[in-house]
Amino acid sequence: MDSTVETVIPAEAHHDSSAVRHHFSTAEQQKDSATIGMWTFLVTEIMFFGGLFLAYFVYRQAYPAAFASASSKTNLAIGAFNTTVLICSSLTMALGVYFASIGKKKLLILFLVLTLLAGGAFLGVKAFEYHDKWVHHEVPGAHFDCEGCADPGHASLFFALYFGMTGLHASHMIVGFVILVILIFQASKGRYTPEWYTPVEMFGLYWHFVDIVWIFLFPLLYLIDRTKERLF
Amino acid sequence: MITATAPAKTEVNYLNCEHGLKSWLLTGDHKRIAVMYLIVVTVFFFMGGLYAAGIRLELATPAGDLFDSNTYNKVFTMHGVLMIFFFLIPSIPATLGNFLIPLMVGAKDLAFPKINLLSLYIYAVGACFTLWALISGGVDTGWTFYTPFSSSYSNGYVITVGLGIFINGFSSILTGLNFIVTIHRMRSPGLKWFRLPLFVWAHYATSIIMILGTPVIAVTLFLLVLERGLHIGFFDPAYGGDPVLFQHMFWFYSHPAVYIMILPSMGVISEVISTFSSKKPFGYTFIAFSSVAIAVFGFLVWGHHLFVASQSTYAGLVFSILSYIVAIPSAIKVFNWTATMYNGRVRLTTPMLYALGFIGLFTIGGLTGLFLASMGLDVHLTDTYFVVAHFHYVMVGGAILGYLAGIHFWWPKMFGVMYPETPSKISAWLVFLGFNLTFFPQFILGYMGMPRRYHIYPPEFQVFNVLSSAGASILGIGFLLPAIYLTWSLKYGKPAGPNPWGSTTLEWQTASPPPPTNFDVTPVITKEAYDYSHEEVLDIG
Amino acid sequence: MADHSAHAGHGEHHIVPKRVYFLVFTALIVLTWVTAWVSTVELGALNTVVALSIAIVKASLVILFFMHVFYGTRLTKLIVGAGLFWLILLLFIAMFDYWTRTWVGVPGR
Repeated sequence: MDSTVETVIPAEAHHDSSAVRHHFSTAEQQKDSATIGMWTFLVTEIMFFGGLFLAYFVYRQAYPAAFASASSKTNLAIGAFNTTVLICSSLTMALGVYFASIGKKKLLILFLVLTLLAGGAFLGVKAFEYHDKWVHHEVPGAHFDCEGCADPGHASLFFALYFGMTGLHASHMIVGFVILVILIFQASKGRYTPEWYTPVEMFGLYWHFVDIVWIFLFPLLYLIDRTKERLF
Repeated sequence: MITATAPAKTEVNYLNCEHGLKSWLLTGDHKRIAVMYLIVVTVFFFMGGLYAAGIRLELATPAGDLFDSNTYNKVFTMHGVLMIFFFLIPSIPATLGNFLIPLMVGAKDLAFPKINLLSLYIYAVGACFTLWALISGGVDTGWTFYTPFSSSYSNGYVITVGLGIFINGFSSILTGLNFIVTIHRMRSPGLKWFRLPLFVWAHYATSIIMILGTPVIAVTLFLLVLERGLHIGFFDPAYGGDPVLFQHMFWFYSHPAVYIMILPSMGVISEVISTFSSKKPFGYTFIAFSSVAIAVFGFLVWGHHLFVASQSTYAGLVFSILSYIVAIPSAIKVFNWTATMYNGRVRLTTPMLYALGFIGLFTIGGLTGLFLASMGLDVHLTDTYFVVAHFHYVMVGGAILGYLAGIHFWWPKMFGVMYPETPSKISAWLVFLGFNLTFFPQFILGYMGMPRRYHIYPPEFQVFNVLSSAGASILGIGFLLPAIYLTWSLKYGKPAGPNPWGSTTLEWQTASPPPPTNFDVTPVITKEAYDYSHEEVLDIG
Repeated sequence: MADHSAHAGHGEHHIVPKRVYFLVFTALIVLTWVTAWVSTVELGALNTVVALSIAIVKASLVILFFMHVFYGTRLTKLIVGAGLFWLILLLFIAMFDYWTRTWVGVPGR
């Protein structure tokens, strides 16, 4: 158990007391609380996606042939490309936080915008993939008709999970989008200083988490059985 | 130990510092948020109670003369949904927890006051969805929403209620998040972990469950809504889906959820028993660790709800053993509470009556849970009234009695007035007697084979059903009376000082009601918790 | 009582040098294309093991360096660990049912 307890500091000793809310004693306590709070929230997200991962593992174990064959209906190169784009957005986000921490406002804004663009590119590619699946009747529901799928009766389970998991992931990215726009706007007004850039850093944690989810989705959805293909 | 002077009620406190609806609806003050939660959970408690009345009225006779089977299904479903998600789970944490945790750790507020307010509004939105479904015609799946009935065949408003519970879950998550950060980072100087009140330990353990479990039911309901709304098969056997997967995912949360309901109550009991025995809790460390142990082990036993659901027998074996093990930390608490009272100066105030009732009734409920944890017995007892009796003993005899104990115990702190002692003692007895009359016959009914969730039954079960319904009416009166006399006391109750019970925890060292920022000076803790050795602390009003 | 030890407790003030971010980024990109290529090579049951192992390494790099957990407090590490542990709990115990459903030898089966 962590035994660090903040000592009481009289109010006059705060030099940046405007940034410290009244119920916190120091800026460090406030920042640390925000970090722990955000990580606790991310733990809930781990369990939220975790339920879908459970469903995935249960059904893949039950119907391996259906999953392997359905998985190869996704495009390997596009999936790898999209993964690359998302990792780039993680780098730009990390650099954005870095520049916020040293007070370089213009570079912060630049890297937040680059993160936004990379995220947008990812979502654009995903939309293309979704449309492609729709056109090929690979969306579960009344019109499902997967051509060339082994065990078609159970292939729809793979696609249900494909859309469920990537859809949930995409919706998290869209929420991230909205927050990024707000951050860019606030950054351009000079709201973030090396003394206080907590929202940028906390959003960074969220964005990296969304990246991590995709790091697992990529092999689970795209790489089940590609032995009949070549990457290049 | 810092003691505040005893102010009159007219000094500035969190209730009178600001006026107007906006000052309440946009507040960041954890105490005001707690009071607003108190109002809404009470409303939902009585709504759930109305449905319970419907159930017991129907079951007074063997024939289905009050409701037809579809309507009856809706009645017990709404009873379960409202009581569990909109009353029991938020009850103590959102009312007493929100009010007391900052006070008990010596802080000015919770770590994230705005998120605290947000959690209240999220609760309200979830409640609106559920009420809308109720008005539109209700849900008939049982609060457990088992597939494929809920996903494919039910004609009720499954999606609406599913969304309502999904949204409500975020309220729970945000409350737990706030508590965890507050307890870790906002303890006042000198307040080490093992000087914390046991109420705080209980809420810490509860918050762990809220964080780790609630998201899983959220995603489960999300998949259910997708399946029902878009006909995408996740649990549908027609697509190779497994209905038992729904049950695994549902119970992964819903079993730990029962510990969300009982742990805060146990925290209350620790405080009440200690105060009214004028002794520090026996085995403080054991009680603290057992709370965390219950939270952790509570996640390992969910398969005991799936014994007859075609779960593998080997998995059943493991879940059965773990279900026996999870009873141990609870038993440790019961022994420690009893030992606390031994050689103490026991005062039988109303909260103490409820606490004593808790110990007896929770023990019965917990032991009957062990009956159900044994796979062989469970085959006979599952889906009978034995199960219904078991969970009402722990959830009403346990959780609700603890809630009532807490409301009475901290009423003077929250509102600066004492509740009237005689009506409250009468209510406590009515609750205890009414409760036992309602639910003890149900153990016998279940053992005799009466199934649950049926609106009709063979005539040989009528005698016990009538006893049960009679008990329910007494229990109903017992619950109604506090709503009346507590409200009465707000205007006419005797003014209370800062520490009417002579208790030692931090919240009693500030005014009743507390000032907006809780303490005039940040407390510095130099002693161990529960120091009853000095008589001058005992300012018994 | 501030903690003055080297890494733990200094997460908030420690600024990770850009160099670290670029190194991690390079590793992540390389691992992505490696995992994509390995999936086209026939390794039988090992394909899944390799793919998941690489994913775990990538995720660990993001958590430790992009998310600063390497430089963070003990509590942060505890929270991350607890979350991952609970996920494993959910997956493993639930899968235990499915793995053992076909086992025979228990009375009734």
